[in-house]
Amino acid sequence: MTTMALRNTATLAWRTLVQIKHNPFELFDFSVQPIMFLLLFTYVFGGAIADTPGEYLTYALPGIIVQNLLFATLNTGVGLNTDISKGVFDRLRSLPIARFSPLAGRIVADVIKQAWAVTLLLVLGMVLGFRIETGPVQVLAVFGLLLGFAFAASWMSVLVAMLVSEPEKVQIFGFVLLFPITFASGAFVDPDTMPDWLRTFADVNPTTILADATRGLLSGGPVAGPVTRSLLWAAGFLVVFAPLSVRAFRRRI
Amino acid sequence: MSAPPGTVSGMDTTYAIRAEGLVKRFGDTTALDGVDLAVRPGTVLGLLGPNGAGKTTAVRVLATLIRPDAGHAEVGGFDVVRQPHEVRELIGLTGQYASVDETLNGAENLLMIGRLLGLSRRAARARAAELLERFELTDAAKRAAGKYSGGMRRRLDLAASLVGDPRILYLDEPTTGLDPRSRNEVWDIVRGLVTGGTTVLLTTQYLDEADQLAGEIVVIDHGRVIATGTPAQLKARTGAQTVTVRPAFADELHRVRDAVGRVATGPVDVAGEVVTAPVSDPGALAKLVRDLDEHGLSVAELALRSPSLDEVFLSLTGGHS
Repeated sequence: MTTMALRNTATLAWRTLVQIKHNPFELFDFSVQPIMFLLLFTYVFGGAIADTPGEYLTYALPGIIVQNLLFATLNTGVGLNTDISKGVFDRLRSLPIARFSPLAGRIVADVIKQAWAVTLLLVLGMVLGFRIETGPVQVLAVFGLLLGFAFAASWMSVLVAMLVSEPEKVQIFGFVLLFPITFASGAFVDPDTMPDWLRTFADVNPTTILADATRGLLSGGPVAGPVTRSLLWAAGFLVVFAPLSVRAFRRRI
Repeated sequence: MSAPPGTVSGMDTTYAIRAEGLVKRFGDTTALDGVDLAVRPGTVLGLLGPNGAGKTTAVRVLATLIRPDAGHAEVGGFDVVRQPHEVRELIGLTGQYASVDETLNGAENLLMIGRLLGLSRRAARARAAELLERFELTDAAKRAAGKYSGGMRRRLDLAASLVGDPRILYLDEPTTGLDPRSRNEVWDIVRGLVTGGTTVLLTTQYLDEADQLAGEIVVIDHGRVIATGTPAQLKARTGAQTVTVRPAFADELHRVRDAVGRVATGPVDVAGEVVTAPVSDPGALAKLVRDLDEHGLSVAELALRSPSLDEVFLSLTGGHS
C-alpha cells in the first residue's frame, strides 16, 4: 500500500512537471517572472533605495526570493482547482490508486519547482553581484528552510482551491492577500523607514521574518531568532491549514 | 455473449452492475430518487434521460466518485461504498466529466495512467502505443490533448479508460457535441468492445444512440426510473412514428390532409402548409405515397421519422415531463 502510494505520487508529480514542457506560460510564471522582478528591483529601485544597485541587491535578493516563493505557493491551489474543474480528478479517482496521491503528487512537484526558482534567483543574483558570505551548510539550510516554509504555506492555497469554483478565483484571492503581505514587509526595504503602525505589521509579517532568516544564512548576521520564528510560522500554517484542507479535500471530491 | 474471464469466485456475478434504491441529494435537489439498475455481463445498458435527469450522478455513484445517501450498489460483486478500491480495479470511466489532461500530449496521458495502474515504464509505453494505434491517434501522439478536435479528444478519453483493460466500462454521454462522423467512430469502438466481452453502462440524451448500442434501456427523469425495456419495446410504448407532408401546391392542402388521415393512427395536424400525423403501420409510408399518386397530388416534402426523445418522454411521463 505504501509503495503504491509513493509510486502513484511520483507518477503524478512527473505528470505535473511534464506539463511545463507544453505550457510556456508556466515556464514564464516561475522562471521569467522572478528574473524580471530581480532585474526590476535591482536596477530600477536599487539606486534610489540604497547607494548603488549592487548594495541594494545584497539586501533585496533574499526578499525577492521570499516574495517569489510565497506567490508560487498559489500554483498548488490553482493546479488542484484546475484538475477538479476540468474533470481530471474524476478520472484519477476512478483508478485504483492511493487516495491522496493526486494531492501529494501536486505538492511534491511544486516543491521541486520552488527549488528550481530559488536556485535560479540565487545564481542570477550572484551573476549580478550578490555574494554568499557564509558556507555550503548555510546555503543548504536556506533551501531547507525556504522549501519547508513553501510546503507549509501552500496548504493555504490548497484550502482556497477546495472552497472556490474556478482556478482564477484562487489567483485573485492569492494576489489580494499576498500583495500587501509581501510588500508591507522587510523584504525590499528596512521596516525602520515605515510609519510606526506599518512597521509593527512588517515586524511580525512572516515575509519579513523569512527574508531576515535567509539574509542571515546567506550574508551573515543574526540567524537563530529569525529562523526559529520562521519555523514557528511554518508550523502555524501547517497546523491550521493542512487539516482544514484535507477535510475540504475529502468533502469536495 | 458469456461473462469475461477473471470473474471473482464466491461473489454474485449474475450481474456486472446492480443497484437498488439509490438516493443522492445535493442540498435541496434530489438527483437520484430510488434508482434500480441491473446490467448483465457483456451487455450494454443505455441510461437515457434529459439533462439533469440524474444520469451522471448515477454513473458517479457506480464509479465510486460519490457515495449514495441511501440504497446499495454492487459492481462485479463488490460494494461501491465498502469496497471502492476493488470496484476501481474493474472499471473504466469516460465521458463528460472524467477527462484527460489537456496539458499533456496523447502518449503522456496514456503513459501516466498505465504507470498509475502499476505497469512498468516499458509496459506502460507499449500499452500507450498500442491504444494510440488502435484509436488512430498515433500521428497526434506528441500533440497536447487540449489541441485535439472533439472526436480525437473523445477517442483519447476512451483509450485512457481502456488502459487497464476494464471489464466494465462507463460511458457518460460519449458522443455529446460530436459531429456525425466522429459519433459513428465512437459507436464502432463501443461495439468492438462489447464483442470482446466488456460490459457497458452508457448514458445518453439520444434515443438514437441508445437504439444503436444498447440491448436494454432504462429511462430516467427527475432521478427516477420511468421505463425499462429493449429499444423496440420503448418505441412501441411511445407508439407512433410521425409522417410529415408538405403539398407542392397550397390549394391541395385539404386533399393531402385527407390522404394523410387515411393512414394516420391519431389526429392529423395542419400547421401552415405542413401536414403531420402519427402512424404506426410499417407500410404506412408506401400506402400514403400510392394514395397521393392515385389522387394526382404532388408533394414538395415527405418524411417519416422515429419519435424523438422529447416524444418518448411526453409519452412516458404522460406529458408532464
